[in-house]
Amino acid sequence: MQPLLTIQSPETALFWFLAPLAVLAALGMLLVKKAVHSALLLAWVMITLAIFYIAQDALFLGIVQVIVYTGAVMMLFLFILMLVGVDSSDSLTETITGLRPIAITAAVGFGGLLVSLLGHATLGRQAVGLEGANALGNVQGLAELLFSKYVWPFEVVSALLITAALGAMVLAHHQRTNARPTQREQAVNRFRSGSLAGAAGLPGPGVFARHNAVDVPALLPDGTPAPSSISATLKARGDVIDSSQFQLDNVDTTVVEEK
Amino acid sequence: MNINNYLYLSAILFTIGAVGVVVRRNAIVVFMCVELMLNAANLTLVTFSRINGTLDGQVVAFFTMVVAACEVVVGLAIIVTIYRSRRSASIDDASLLKR
Amino acid sequence: MATNNGLVYLIALPLFGALSLLLLGRRADKWGHLLATALSASSFGVGLIQLSGMLGRSTESRPVTQKLFSWISVGSFNVDASLLLDQLSICFVLLITGVGTLIHIYSISYMSHDHDRRRFFAYLNLFIAAMLLLVLGDSYLNLYVGWEGVGLASYLLIGFWNQKPAYATASKKAFVMNRIGDMGLSFAIMIAFASLGTVSFAGVKEHAHHASESTMTAIGIMLLVAAVGKSAQFPLQAWLGDAMAGPTPVSALIHAATMVTAGVYLIVRSNFVFDAAPTAQLLVVIVGAITLMFGALVGTAKDDIKKALAASTMSQIGYMILGAGLGPAGYAFAIMHLLTHGFFKAGMFLGAGSVMHGMNDEVNMRKYGALRKFMPITFITFGLGYLAIIGVPPFAGFYSKDMLIETAFNAGGIKGILLGSTALLGAAITAFYMTRVMILTFTSSKRWDDSQHPHESPILMWLPMAILAIGSVTSGFLLSRGSALKNWLEPLFESHGEHEELLSPMVVSGLALLMVAIGVAIAVMKYQLSDVDSVAPVDVSVFTRIARRDLLQDDINEALFMRPGQVITAALVKVDESVVDGAVRGIGQMAIGSGTSLRKTQTGFVRSYAMLILVGAAALITAIWVVTQ
Repeated sequence: MQPLLTIQSPETALFWFLAPLAVLAALGMLLVKKAVHSALLLAWVMITLAIFYIAQDALFLGIVQVIVYTGAVMMLFLFILMLVGVDSSDSLTETITGLRPIAITAAVGFGGLLVSLLGHATLGRQAVGLEGANALGNVQGLAELLFSKYVWPFEVVSALLITAALGAMVLAHHQRTNARPTQREQAVNRFRSGSLAGAAGLPGPGVFARHNAVDVPALLPDGTPAPSSISATLKARGDVIDSSQFQLDNVDTTVVEEK
Repeated sequence: MNINNYLYLSAILFTIGAVGVVVRRNAIVVFMCVELMLNAANLTLVTFSRINGTLDGQVVAFFTMVVAACEVVVGLAIIVTIYRSRRSASIDDASLLKR
Repeated sequence: MATNNGLVYLIALPLFGALSLLLLGRRADKWGHLLATALSASSFGVGLIQLSGMLGRSTESRPVTQKLFSWISVGSFNVDASLLLDQLSICFVLLITGVGTLIHIYSISYMSHDHDRRRFFAYLNLFIAAMLLLVLGDSYLNLYVGWEGVGLASYLLIGFWNQKPAYATASKKAFVMNRIGDMGLSFAIMIAFASLGTVSFAGVKEHAHHASESTMTAIGIMLLVAAVGKSAQFPLQAWLGDAMAGPTPVSALIHAATMVTAGVYLIVRSNFVFDAAPTAQLLVVIVGAITLMFGALVGTAKDDIKKALAASTMSQIGYMILGAGLGPAGYAFAIMHLLTHGFFKAGMFLGAGSVMHGMNDEVNMRKYGALRKFMPITFITFGLGYLAIIGVPPFAGFYSKDMLIETAFNAGGIKGILLGSTALLGAAITAFYMTRVMILTFTSSKRWDDSQHPHESPILMWLPMAILAIGSVTSGFLLSRGSALKNWLEPLFESHGEHEELLSPMVVSGLALLMVAIGVAIAVMKYQLSDVDSVAPVDVSVFTRIARRDLLQDDINEALFMRPGQVITAALVKVDESVVDGAVRGIGQMAIGSGTSLRKTQTGFVRSYAMLILVGAAALITAIWVVTQ
């Protein structure tokens, strides 16, 4: 029997070009250390999927995938990453013993068996294709379903969306329980803390004249780098340049009296 | 090409997402992995919609997207709240449940 | 049957007294006893009015009923709470309220130093109400309510001085042993309901002829068990002696005159059952015969005056049960003996109370002696009761007991001879032990020390004794004159025609008097003509020792029931501790153990939970894969 659905060679080519890339990007998402890189790789996977949607006659979903996921959701992720910053959780070393081997074994078994099952599964009839359903256009077809058969779930989901928006506001809202310290109080606290070393404020970063960037710790008068001169975020990321290379080998300390 | 290839791809992406949820410690990355799993499921829905010749699968995928958006919004708000009190985005730090 | 709306007042008056005295509490302390006595007396008045009304009607229309309310109405099964007053009930009503009122009057004085007198009178009124309900109920179920009510009142009154552990134990013992009888009554009701579909006297009587004999026998035996429990008959007799722990008026009213005769009432009331069940009837006779000998033998050995009288009560009720078991010929005589016994035994108990009152509550007769001079009125009233119980003509006991002995002889065949001889022998022993009581208390030499100051009781105490003594003298003659009571009760029983007489009445009377004379003579020789020790002699024959121990009734009960019961209980406790508790604790331990081991999987790390989900999903897929391959 002639299959109703034949996949044309351009789509085949597209699939075999993009699918390995998507899998690689997904694997990369697991393996890269920095969350930002993970987010970018995920955005790539999502765009790939959007292309596949469009290739599969789901034009509306493809566009929504790009706009909502790649656009809005991934932006939200990046925004939160910026807020939260980086910390030790980015490390890839496993702290729970035995978790990783079991997880990978289970995952390989799960995925392998799923693929194997799919290979064995038969639908019992031929694939149909969406030419008929999309005869009036994909968006029109979807709209017809959404506002007739699925109108109740549609309304429920809209209520869920509103609730989620409110919930996020409630969760993220932070009520101050005590007054923000004033400059005067901060100054008093500095002077009253354990040592007077910090009373004048923390040293600024950078080695004047040789390398004046924020990722270089300042050098103290005895030549050692001052860790407190660098932002904690940079330290956590490991984006700190060793300042010893900018140290002068010999500093002429003799004072010549001017005439 | 067999249309089943899309399903294979979906299964593989889903599995990778699942491993990511277990292996990664950064709550935000874990969330991203969840999103990956949801997307993989969406690909299946779209593919089956094509196989069956009806648009119902696409409608469900659409709903999935909406729900996923809600989940991301609330989930990220929770992460921000936790980070605010603990100064950490590691989900291993939030392990008070055992006590 | 005619309706009479006045019946309820018989019960309502004393019930009101009991409730108000109990509910008002200390506020009623000053006048409670007077109210209770007045209410009891008015109940007696209502009874008299009913009697006069009944006398004015023809024989057939004498019974009257009153329906109070519909109690149980389930399908075709209907029980009304209704009262029935017929020729039998009225005898009891007058006995209960009459003797009851006299004892109320007596108690006013007897209990005057007890700070709980009000409570005592409340219980007395409660008892009167319950006992009236017992005899007025028109069905076994109504009777059962009264039956339990008198059991409760008896329990409360035996244990009235429950600050003494022995008295509390005695009341518990009476209650528990009564429960066995109560079980019998409830079983009888259940059998009647299950097989006859009715529990009213009239309904059961209607069915009695066509129901199978085995059914009637079963009901009869169960009713006998009930009667045995309530009337302290063999083998449930052990509680009566200990019941003397209660105040003496209680012993007179409940444990001599009225409550303990409820068993006789039950058997006479159920005459239709026993007429249809010869086996049960035979058992009744046997129980009666055994008990009358049992009580008489115990009575010979008791030094405690109240316990001697209690043993005598047991024996006399044995006579009544014996009479009730002899069928239509004996019912009327059983009731007659019951009524005369109510007079003379109550009188003698009150006399004993009077003696104790004068002797600082000493009950040991060996510490009495020569009280005749100090308590003349008590001596005379007690003496009249004594003459009545041993059956000296023309006192009450002579008529009633002679009739019973005569009926026993006429029961026919070897059974008649055996029963008659037993009754005759019992009469001799009765004469012996009652003479012994009389001599030890009143006529023998003085055995009390000088710290005692015996004195006569006040008028409130001796007046009831005197009235009861008059009853002891005259009641027998009045009731038997022209077979008055027999004819009165006749319509209630189905006559089977006259038996041929084995011995003529004259011969029986002669024999009985001879036996009584022998008994009295032995007692006089043993106690009056020789000195009596003020302590009970120890070197006595084994028979005396057994009799002193109530013919080993408690030992037998303990050996047969109490100790095996304790062993079973101990075993059950063991089983409960090891098996039941063990199972419960085992389950708990299991839960703790599994929880302890499973707790390790709860690391608190979300990621390990996620991993478990992943493993589960993999397992699920594996299962599907295995199934589909």
